Amino acid sequence: MADRESLLPARPSVQRLGRDRLLSPVKDFRIDALGAGAGPGGVRALAAALGLAMPSSIFSDVPQAQPVLVFKLTADFREDPDPRKVNLGVGAYRTDEGQPWVLPVVRKVELQLAKNDSLNHEYLPILGLPEFRTNASHIALGEDSPAIKEKRIGSVQALGGTGALRIGAEFLRRWYNGTNNVSTPVYVSAPTWENHNGVFGAAGFVDIRTYHYWDAAKRGLDLKGLLQDMENAPEFSIFVLHACAHNPTGTDPTPEQWEKIASVMKRRFLFPFFDSAYQGFASGDLDKDAWAVRYFVNEGFELFCAQSFSKNFGLYNERVGNLTVVGKDADNVLRVLSQMEKIVRVLWSNPPAQGARIVATTLSSPELFTEWKENVKTMADRILLMRAELRSRLEALGTPGTWNHITEQIGMFSFTGLTTKQVEYLINEKHIYLLPSGRINMCGLTTKNLDYVATSIHEAVTKVQ
Amino acid sequence: MPTLSVFLDVPFAPKTTSKLLDDFQQDEDPNKVCLGYGVCMTGEKIPWLSPVVIRTLRRLIHDPSFNYSYLPEHGLEAFIRVATELLVGRHSPAIVENRIGGVHTIGGNGAILLGAKFLKDWHRGPRVVYLQQSQREQYGLIFQELGFSLREYTFWDSYRLVSDTGKLFDIVEHAPDRSILLLYNFGSFLLPRKRWYKLSKLLKRKQIFLFCDIPDQGFVSGDPDQDNKILRYFVTQGFEFFCNERVGNLVVVAVSNKSLLCIRSQLDIYTRYMWGSPPALGSRVITTILSNPALRMEWKKSLRGMVESIMLTREKVKEKLRLLRTPGSWEHLTGQDGMYGFLGITVEQLDYLVTKKHIYIPMNGLINFTCINSQNIDYITQSINEAVLAIGPGPQPKEPPKVLVIPNNSDPKNLDHMTSETKSLGAKASPLPAYLHSKK
Repeated sequence: MADRESLLPARPSVQRLGRDRLLSPVKDFRIDALGAGAGPGGVRALAAALGLAMPSSIFSDVPQAQPVLVFKLTADFREDPDPRKVNLGVGAYRTDEGQPWVLPVVRKVELQLAKNDSLNHEYLPILGLPEFRTNASHIALGEDSPAIKEKRIGSVQALGGTGALRIGAEFLRRWYNGTNNVSTPVYVSAPTWENHNGVFGAAGFVDIRTYHYWDAAKRGLDLKGLLQDMENAPEFSIFVLHACAHNPTGTDPTPEQWEKIASVMKRRFLFPFFDSAYQGFASGDLDKDAWAVRYFVNEGFELFCAQSFSKNFGLYNERVGNLTVVGKDADNVLRVLSQMEKIVRVLWSNPPAQGARIVATTLSSPELFTEWKENVKTMADRILLMRAELRSRLEALGTPGTWNHITEQIGMFSFTGLTTKQVEYLINEKHIYLLPSGRINMCGLTTKNLDYVATSIHEAVTKVQ
Repeated sequence: MPTLSVFLDVPFAPKTTSKLLDDFQQDEDPNKVCLGYGVCMTGEKIPWLSPVVIRTLRRLIHDPSFNYSYLPEHGLEAFIRVATELLVGRHSPAIVENRIGGVHTIGGNGAILLGAKFLKDWHRGPRVVYLQQSQREQYGLIFQELGFSLREYTFWDSYRLVSDTGKLFDIVEHAPDRSILLLYNFGSFLLPRKRWYKLSKLLKRKQIFLFCDIPDQGFVSGDPDQDNKILRYFVTQGFEFFCNERVGNLVVVAVSNKSLLCIRSQLDIYTRYMWGSPPALGSRVITTILSNPALRMEWKKSLRGMVESIMLTREKVKEKLRLLRTPGSWEHLTGQDGMYGFLGITVEQLDYLVTKKHIYIPMNGLINFTCINSQNIDYITQSINEAVLAIGPGPQPKEPPKVLVIPNNSDPKNLDHMTSETKSLGAKASPLPAYLHSKK
């Protein structure tokens, strides 16, 4: 940046200005074609040069907010010059070369759409692209869902999974369990994706609680604690459930455990709000990953399901999401959707088209759909391979502790069980970046860095308590 | 399982979007025309896309390095930079002093929403927003939901058939101190230069917070730099304000770099819990075009071509009405700038056009000139002629009220208690939600 002093008008001409002329500086400065004051800085620079007080800001008491931990981690990683560095922090798929992957089917469809001259960029309807909405909900619920047959589902296209959660939360805050009842308790798992708290809080809920989920001692699901929390929860509380591949623990209830959960929720009139960000990604099988949601629907629940296509389509930055609404009957769903339309109108007004078009085109063509399923399985398989490889290395090294949880956990993440001190060691000494909770993204592992990561974890566990 | 739905008490919400478009779409008359579209149309009745945009889009998609990695919360940095530069000029003092920045949002709505939320949480002052009538449908609800009360103003003088931006002085003079002023299309203001200075002083004296709404840069004169002159002047005058660039950029002009960083970090929080990060494709196309001198030139040329064609349409409509000897003065058709213009007909004449001639025009008489093309111009002008002759001149229009106070009946379930009128200076803002407090 240029030195301000050298850009100011020379001192003598400034001193020539009398006091009264200072009050109307505009008359004295040339206003060039762009309407700026003479020289960069204009009035402001003059004031600074003369030592006049700068106008204070009306926003002087706005504090600087902390950045999100995950993004800070990635930023630190990027600046790290060490060649051995590994990023096991952020939640996006990477190939074995450590690169982002554009699904071949997505590239194919993208090129197809670009050639289509009849497509334009007119505004979508407020609730989104109809073909996208229908296909997205069908993927979650299954074509033979009783709710679909009885025409009691609705869909709202949203800005990624975050947007879908937000729309659902905004609606529930306004119209569920009374009108504008901000005190309805919202339960999120302990631990959960941090944004859950933020989204429900921003939507207006004031009572956000946790339910027992992760049992650190046995490194598995604390079903007893979970069911107890549900028994004790006030009736009509909202429960945010992970449909599959729990973030961050990677630990999902088994079908029998889901049945127990559903039974308590039914009896206590608790509202299920599913977050489904990893359908297909967890096991490689779309239907298997949707089992829990579909079970709840079959049991007659009314529920919301926030879907994200960021991971399973790799369309992260196009913000493709869908909120599926299941109600008792068509009339209820219609009224709910009409209110959601009002909410969308004051949030983003119309959703972006590109990502939705790609997903809709893919899901509605049998060949493209098959190709997509293969692409998804490719990703899921690589993750399973990395899990197996990491576990076998740790066991071969004789790293203290048990490591079967690495292959038993599902989805992109693994809750390693490393302590915060061990995590710090890994970051500072070994340039391996992961969250303080010990969560790692399996996609950050490649055949090239597996050995380094395994030996580093071994070091951390043996040297640091 | 209870047999009653948990949604039993949810009332049906009447449609919020324009009834006009719905009626138009359901109309089966072969001659029907809609002059109320919010999109720039070509002569072939499709939305206008500059050829350079289409080519750039195709090229981007074929680029092997193209991938879909998440953008940061505030969006594509390069896009924010080029969009901001387009607005204030590359050599703006605010850019040199690093006190101007932006957040890449979901279109204009997203930008207004972020700005409004920020003002609700951090701006000390009466919860009053002044906005132009044409902005109310789009943005009024957003402000009302957040607890602001609306005051609507219009420059259009339906008696003298002229757009008098000088009225702004009156409006600002009578506004409570520290109100928020939403200014639409700042660039099209036909104010002589010395009036800018007076306005700037007035705004400063009353500490009015400026929220500029920039829908179509370049559509007024054909040149974005020309259109933004007044705005750039205000930047040099040390104002703190927001600009909504409707492509999806909320520009923040602050007093210092530190202030900018603080404001930006708070805006990031809102986006995090609303859409995570913005969609990428459109911003990449724009960034590519604006960063490449050849493409940029081509875009400007096509823009100028479009603007010239709009000006030509205005001339043609005026000429045809003159040839038909339609009573009244039609000078105002060419006297206004940009894509839109007030037709200057009475409500009854408008109604005649909608019901009898299937020409759909919004109630305020503001039409989109790009919806008029060579196929329908004769039908339209003849119909206007017919309507004016059939209905005759209306009763002398009264001087419209300077400012219309809009009752807040959109949503009685506002969280914020400050929905009623002016609060005195120094009023405390409502307690901040916990998540907004930064951790020390």
